Amino acid sequence: MTAWLDVLIQGVMLGGLYALFAAGLSLMFGVMRLVNLAHGDLIVLAAFAILVIAGKLGLDPFVAVSVAIPILFIIGFALQRVLLNRTLGGDLLSPLLVTFGLSIIIQNGLLEIFSADSQRLRSGAIETASIPLGGGIAVGVVPLLTLISAVAVILFLNLIFYRSPIGRAFRATSDDLEVAQLMGIDINRTFATAMGLAFVVVTIAALYLGLRANFDPTIGPARLLYAFEAVIIGGLGSFWGTLAGGIVLGLAQTIGARIDPEWQILAGHLAFLVVLAIRPRGLFPRAQD
Amino acid sequence: MEDSAAKPTHAFRIETAGGISRAGAVGVLLLALALLPVFAGRNLIQDLIFLFYMLALAQCWNLLAGYAGLISVGQQAFVGLGGYLLFALTLLGGLDPLLAILLAGLVSGLFALPTALIVFRLRGAYFAIGTWVVAEVYRLVFAQFKPLGGGTGTSLGPSVTSAVPGIEWVKTLLDIRTPAARDIISYWMALALMAGTLALVYLVLRSRRGLALGAIRDNEAAAAGLGIDIYRVKLAIYVATAAMTGAIGALVYLQKARISPDAAFSVLDWTAYVIFIVVIGGIGTIEGPVIGAIVFYLMQRYLADFGSWYLILLGMLGIAVMLFAPKGLWGLVAERYGLTLFPTRRRLVIRQRDSDRGV
Repeated sequence: MTAWLDVLIQGVMLGGLYALFAAGLSLMFGVMRLVNLAHGDLIVLAAFAILVIAGKLGLDPFVAVSVAIPILFIIGFALQRVLLNRTLGGDLLSPLLVTFGLSIIIQNGLLEIFSADSQRLRSGAIETASIPLGGGIAVGVVPLLTLISAVAVILFLNLIFYRSPIGRAFRATSDDLEVAQLMGIDINRTFATAMGLAFVVVTIAALYLGLRANFDPTIGPARLLYAFEAVIIGGLGSFWGTLAGGIVLGLAQTIGARIDPEWQILAGHLAFLVVLAIRPRGLFPRAQD
Repeated sequence: MEDSAAKPTHAFRIETAGGISRAGAVGVLLLALALLPVFAGRNLIQDLIFLFYMLALAQCWNLLAGYAGLISVGQQAFVGLGGYLLFALTLLGGLDPLLAILLAGLVSGLFALPTALIVFRLRGAYFAIGTWVVAEVYRLVFAQFKPLGGGTGTSLGPSVTSAVPGIEWVKTLLDIRTPAARDIISYWMALALMAGTLALVYLVLRSRRGLALGAIRDNEAAAAGLGIDIYRVKLAIYVATAAMTGAIGALVYLQKARISPDAAFSVLDWTAYVIFIVVIGGIGTIEGPVIGAIVFYLMQRYLADFGSWYLILLGMLGIAVMLFAPKGLWGLVAERYGLTLFPTRRRLVIRQRDSDRGV
């Protein structure tokens, strides 16, 4: 009984990490209908950025991330402005292919610079610290922080979307691109800002990716799949749905791993396929695709 | 008078270009390629096997993405499935490898049906990632399958790879050793599969169903309005390309004689490369993948030693083509010179009626 309670708690915590992966993807889709195949590699890229900043400046990863955030915001803004905006508006193939190409470039670029060695973000005692909950169950501080950060990021994104002028522009371009332009919205700038914001979320996700486990340049695509599954399980267009989707995925993986450690990833994928078969629009759908 | 006004003033018919001369040229080329092993060295034969199966895979993906609008990033599911089926049928089932390749194709098509029921619930870009998830599921399931080596994979012994019919015949005919004869048989099978795929794609596109596919590619809503059952056409294409991809996968792994889940279900080897071949050559044409496969083969041959830098270059080339020449290399050539090697386009030919002429 305690063992399964423990599995549930760990699953929800893992779900927080997946919700962080997914929030950036959800944001890109929500605003510019862009499905970014390089999303996982961007998370790994951000993790390496934090690693380098922490190493060079001798900072703790939690401090280094605040240096990385503005840099990644600018990279995201520029990437959208210079490259990705050119791919939107036409058929599907163009954005898919360009982001697929980007994924290969980022992966191999990182391999060339950092080699295939596993890396980890080091933050001292906090990495292994845990809070006992009684009854032999304990919660790791880093997993708990991950979940809290996921909730905070989603609160923050909802605040921006529904309470700020740029959020109004995001929603307007998402609802109707042409009318939004008629109302004087500069869509290139709006999209670039949205991508910058998505990169901020990606950087926060990267911090916890690097603190919780080892990472190397090749693990990006798997993170893309987890992020994508969380978005679809939760239902398109709702950030809270994305959080729920992440938690469902985290639970499925943890329960699968409990039955047989080799089944962790497979159990997550199967949960996704089951949701797709039963509720193709996800658990909490909002947007019309 | 009213009678003649009601009749169309022009007789017309719709035709596709073509002709016996072109069919003859293709026949001569195929015959020359089939006879090549008599003259060519073993390295060239091995390179051509690689070129042929990449081209066959590219044609399948082109039909899927370029015509049916099903952009899949998960075709490695069927390459790996075909490969594993070949190993299962020959190692565990004791079947003849040639028969196993055909069966692997059929069974891959069967597997594609339930797969389609799930992934077809996703549209557009989501379909793309959904197919990738399915391919990962296939990989993880085969990694659990202990009789074929689980996560580390297994090898085909010489008892299987040498059991392909015709090896003894080639050995005595050309006076060569078994491994070289095996390569030649593989070469013929790759050539046959490549030519078969090409012929199938060509015939599908020239058929009624091909017209429906072209309509779907141009405008899906309008095609539905014309009474095309889009779901059925797409399902048929998905299953047919899965079957062909499975057969190609079986051949690839008969030639490699060693399989592991990570290699057989590799998104880079079996999907990324294939997509770049199609896009660089020109998507939505039959000629494009041919050009793309040759370019890719040359790059692979001369640049693959650069490892990561080679892949970075390939990624950049793909992005550049997509942004600046979305119709690919063949599109550039065809637009400029009005060339077409595989005529699948329908032309309206208008002939004036005799009564209107010279009266």
